[in-house]
Amino acid sequence: MQIRVNGSLETIPFSLSIKEYLLNKGLKPESVVIELNGQVVKREQWERIVLKENDELEVLRFVGGG
Amino acid sequence: MEDKLIIGGQELESRLFIGTGKFSSHEIIPKVIAVSGSQVITMALRRVNFSNEQDNVLNYIDKKCILLPNTSGARNAGEAVRIARIAREAGCGNWVKIEVISDNKYLLPDNYETIRATEILAKEGFVVLPYMSPDLMAAKRLEEAGAAAVMPLGAPIGTNRGLMTRELIRILIAEIKVPIIVDAGIGRPSQAAEAMEMGAAAVLVNTAIATAQDPVQTARAFSLAVQAGRMAFLSGPGAVQEYAVASSPLTGFLHK
Amino acid sequence: MSFADKLLKYQEFPFASYLAGVTGADIERTLAKEALVERDFLNLLSEQAVPYLERMAQKAHQLTVQNFGRVILLYTPLYLANYCVNQCAYCGFNVTNRITRKKLTLEEVEKEARAIAQTGLRHILILTGESRHHTPVSYIEDCVRVLKNYFDSISIEIYPLTEEEYGQLVAAGVDGLTLYQEVYDPVTYDEIHLAGPKKDYRFRLAAPERACRARMRAVNIGALLGLQDWRKEAFFTGLHAAYLQDKYLDTEISVSLPRLRPHVGNFAPRSVVSDRDLVQILLALRLFLPRAGITISTRERAEFRDNLLPLGVTKMSAGSCTSVGGHLEEATEGQFDIADQRSVREMHAMLVSRGYQPLYKDWHHL
Repeated sequence: MQIRVNGSLETIPFSLSIKEYLLNKGLKPESVVIELNGQVVKREQWERIVLKENDELEVLRFVGGG
Repeated sequence: MEDKLIIGGQELESRLFIGTGKFSSHEIIPKVIAVSGSQVITMALRRVNFSNEQDNVLNYIDKKCILLPNTSGARNAGEAVRIARIAREAGCGNWVKIEVISDNKYLLPDNYETIRATEILAKEGFVVLPYMSPDLMAAKRLEEAGAAAVMPLGAPIGTNRGLMTRELIRILIAEIKVPIIVDAGIGRPSQAAEAMEMGAAAVLVNTAIATAQDPVQTARAFSLAVQAGRMAFLSGPGAVQEYAVASSPLTGFLHK
Repeated sequence: MSFADKLLKYQEFPFASYLAGVTGADIERTLAKEALVERDFLNLLSEQAVPYLERMAQKAHQLTVQNFGRVILLYTPLYLANYCVNQCAYCGFNVTNRITRKKLTLEEVEKEARAIAQTGLRHILILTGESRHHTPVSYIEDCVRVLKNYFDSISIEIYPLTEEEYGQLVAAGVDGLTLYQEVYDPVTYDEIHLAGPKKDYRFRLAAPERACRARMRAVNIGALLGLQDWRKEAFFTGLHAAYLQDKYLDTEISVSLPRLRPHVGNFAPRSVVSDRDLVQILLALRLFLPRAGITISTRERAEFRDNLLPLGVTKMSAGSCTSVGGHLEEATEGQFDIADQRSVREMHAMLVSRGYQPLYKDWHHL
């Protein structure tokens, strides 16, 4: 199925939780912030929420800035 | 002497805010923070680049510091509001530096959109510190909209050109009741001292420290300059004889 | 925060001990500053500032020329009526005073207007006593309609109105308000306003702000000097002006320095304000509020007014008369006595001889 991640289309396997998606990407989950379909998703919920077709996922991180 | 800066109900000892952009490595950041004594540290929120794994800058900021996420990347009020909400949800606390830039050439802030974002976020309980072009009317409106401080630019971002907007900032300091924090453009410690001597409540420095040959020593120099400038402001200027003694007195009639 | 709240903050302030503690060094520091804060203003009103009057005068003169040029706006008062329901101990229009009461008809207003306009004046200040019965807002509006044909700027000095009423008069063509608090000290205020609607201190205190909200172009405030300790009263006047200036950037705020004048009835000033004191107030105000207009009326003697000219004054009345119908044949008793009887032409000549430009029209109300 297809979802949009950080603006780009991506094909991912079915029934993947947010946490699993991040681990698959090789990201440390504690280092990122997730917005799903315009709503911020708290870290505690990442394991429970399963990605669906056409979801819009934003994977963000705090970086240096002034 | 007791001289604390109070913003959003928080008492701050240090009047030097530090930005974490443009450092050659994250490892320098904790040293810069430690040596400067800075208590308010800014950072930005960005989309993760999957091909180039980096770590989270928050890991390099002392837990005692107040985090001041900026909304850089926002081109309008709506985007700034969205970034601010994400940052808060992500556990950054409720401070936010609003930065709305819709001009890619000079990177000057959009005051109008900044006022709109300030209005919305202040109502949602954020401690809002808007970055702005030093315009009196805009600053008044930011104040009315609930800004906890106003952050006029000294010169365009990253230019290190100092207090190019000196006269306009002087007006803001005189007319605006919330603290004025000079943000952007301060390139040298002497310029930071000058801003503080004029009566700025604090300064925010990033590029000048991050791109210095020795960022840690530079941070220390800035910290001392800010303290010196503040002290000079508090102790009052020396009595410079501004007006020569007049040849024709204006109050002579009182003695007749 | 309203201005009443701001005043409240100073209720417990130990003025006497603060003023006594001001040193010459404090005055020096204040004089060296570019922008003065409230304490600086108070320093300049202290006894310690007296030896510095000449330096204050030089700086005040320089600031005034820088902000206003060598220009003095001339205006004259036009008394529409002297009916009044108040008992103000110091005022000739006091309801208990047996004076001839009169209200101009619109024809008489027109005659007065014509007579005044012939002198060249284009700014007029219309006055009444406080009587919503004899001189309701609708009467003021009617007069303004007549006066608009003769003057470019019409200011009112009448009883305090609601914001809506100010809006109504602004719509009719009024562009300026003059309203003196008379005395900022609430206890004295209550003592000398013996009866009448004017007893409502707070309604009066907030009136200039209501006018600003109603988009009045110019607002002029003041304390009647002599009613209470002048240092405190001048201080509160300055704070009031600064408050309005800060909050209503688009309104031109000015301050008048009316000193108590002899009038019908008996009232002795409680705090005598000498010429030197008045100069000190004027200078301190100018240094604290470099952009504020400052008005000196014909309550003051001609020679003294001439001496005040370079110290920060921006507006002066000329050819004044404080009685109803003063420019006509049958006039009533005046509100107070005029000390400077010079005509507009004489004032004009005096200003020109001192290197000032007399200004008749600063503004045209569209």
